[in-house]
Amino acid sequence: MAHIHASRKPHHFKPFNVGRWVIWGLYAVLLFGAPLLFTSSLSMTMLSQMGVAIIACLAFNILLGQGGMLSFGHAVYSGLGSFFAIHTLNMVSAGQLALPVSLVPLIAGMFGLLFAALLGYVTTKKAGTPFAMITLGVGELVWAMSLMFPGFFGGEGGISGNRVAGQPFLGITFGPQSQLYTLIATYTLVCTGLMFAFTRTPLGRMLNAVRDNPERVAFIGYSTRNVRYLAFMASGLFMGIAGGLAALNFEIVTAEVVGAQRSGAYLLFTFLGGAVFFFGPIIGAVLMVLALVLLSELTQAWLLYLGLVFMFMVMYAPGGLSSLIMMNLRLAGFGKLRELWASYLALAGTAFVILVGAGAMIEMTYHLQLDAALGPKMKFMGASLDAKSFDSWFGAGLVLLTGVALFELTRREFARHWSRIQEQVEKEIKKREAAA
Amino acid sequence: MSSPAPASAPALELRDVRKSFGKTEIIRGASLLVNAGERVAIIGPNGAGKSTLFNLISGRFGSSSGDILLNGRKIDGLEPFEINRLGLARSFQVSNLFTRLSVFENIRCAVLWSLGYKYSFWRFLADLRDANDRTEEVLEMIKLDRRRDALAMNLTYAEQRALEIGITIAGGAQVILLDEPTAGMSKSETRRFVSLIREITVGKTLLTVEHDMGVVFGLADKIAVLVYGQVIAFDTPDAVRANAKVQEAYLGSVLADAQVAEAGH
Repeated sequence: MAHIHASRKPHHFKPFNVGRWVIWGLYAVLLFGAPLLFTSSLSMTMLSQMGVAIIACLAFNILLGQGGMLSFGHAVYSGLGSFFAIHTLNMVSAGQLALPVSLVPLIAGMFGLLFAALLGYVTTKKAGTPFAMITLGVGELVWAMSLMFPGFFGGEGGISGNRVAGQPFLGITFGPQSQLYTLIATYTLVCTGLMFAFTRTPLGRMLNAVRDNPERVAFIGYSTRNVRYLAFMASGLFMGIAGGLAALNFEIVTAEVVGAQRSGAYLLFTFLGGAVFFFGPIIGAVLMVLALVLLSELTQAWLLYLGLVFMFMVMYAPGGLSSLIMMNLRLAGFGKLRELWASYLALAGTAFVILVGAGAMIEMTYHLQLDAALGPKMKFMGASLDAKSFDSWFGAGLVLLTGVALFELTRREFARHWSRIQEQVEKEIKKREAAA
Repeated sequence: MSSPAPASAPALELRDVRKSFGKTEIIRGASLLVNAGERVAIIGPNGAGKSTLFNLISGRFGSSSGDILLNGRKIDGLEPFEINRLGLARSFQVSNLFTRLSVFENIRCAVLWSLGYKYSFWRFLADLRDANDRTEEVLEMIKLDRRRDALAMNLTYAEQRALEIGITIAGGAQVILLDEPTAGMSKSETRRFVSLIREITVGKTLLTVEHDMGVVFGLADKIAVLVYGQVIAFDTPDAVRANAKVQEAYLGSVLADAQVAEAGH
């Protein structure tokens, strides 16, 4: 047993972190103030979906970012949460169960936890690639079950419900979307807080240790498997809550909520937002709803664009958007960000040229394949294109090539500039360290 | 942490331990008896099975036969974390750190279990006074308190070696296994590091694998010579030096170097 001596130096941690309170305050203001800015019914639905997605992506990132566990089947836990929520809701509607509707997501969370405890017992026995493979298998298993048990999963039509159920509390029925959004925002704030708190606990820290070096963890007294298992259950709880909120939001749950495509979306957008920093998945979740709702309205080729963005992210910014933000904030802290504005503008401008060229070609291809009946004429970014004419293709190709060439030139210049600034920052850090 | 053992039980005992990988037997009946507070260096030619022996004792591999006892309690067949909880900690030849965590966090992780925090998720790390105090204490011992906020992967080689030892001793284990602690260090770094090891393992049972004979003779009360998976000699440094069997099997040339090194001290 270790003997504890009184430390000879004061501690470095601060008991009251002002910056942190400001950030959490802003987050709360954003969550609850957003409906005042975006009042249309579409934006209300989207905001509700964003709240749900934030919980789900943060919960997914407990595994991906904090534990280094790549789960390919995490929609299972949010999806099963959704199904149990809708069945609970229907029981409330039928008068079989006296439960406030606002607590239905908690029931869903309990079921998410339960299934994470059951299925995670198997998955977390392994780490790394075997872990990923088993989660994939479990995901397929549950998907197959959803087709085998139409009584519970509702077959192709799914299960629908009505969130105006039971006795209204203080006149709140959750019928109007704004009331539901307030409920979702409350859950989102509390769950975000809890998941952040989790990262500051012994288990949360050991989860990082297991991510970095599972072998060493075993030699400092911890069972890596237990750490993974407990984290998996924590993740399952919050996935379930997210699923429950989604069920209240849509009032219908179909089998696709447990499917591989949903699992893939969690992975893709958590990664885009950035798994390294706690707040990364929040950005990812907002992007997820924007892409799924708006981008899919804008173009039929949205999945292709999404795939391209994901590919470029993996190749050039594996830390996701949040790490790009943090890198630039670090530079701003050293007063170096101003030098880079021009480069960023040039990069954005040339990237836009590429987008115009590539976008025109992609849209023309999709037009020919899917809308052939409408004739070859189409509109793209205000310009009239003829998908069957040589001129349109030649023009688009020319724009694309010009864009690529310009972008590459700017990128090279930017890379040089960037590494020069990084060197300066390193020097500055060394100087400060020496002075300390 | 460990239950009080009978006073007579040795800190660590190996009885006819064997280990085969496929058809090749690497450890061929090794026996060793280390009393509490002793510092033992294991030496031997390359491929003698020194690292394998460490892996067997610490539970990384299971032995094929024989018994390994910690404070009189059989530990072979236990998981590494179970052995660690019984009071045995080890370091690695290649630094085995939590690369993306800070120096402070690396040590604190190694402290948590021994203070009983287990898998707690209802307490904040910042509030764990005893764990934070112990972490500070270890940081000072390994002289990395000024580097507390650096990520482990950004440390210099010598700093990483120090952190490696820090993680090993942080949990307060009474039996410490160090696998080539000074490997890859310069002469002056090695000298400083040996005195550091001596300082932070006071009162503990120490087992170390070492190639540097200067380190061996400077650190060890007893030397075990491992050749082809067997302990052919286990005695005080002087007696081992005089042992004809050891001379023949291994020490002949190395010993001359060591005497030169020692003269230099």
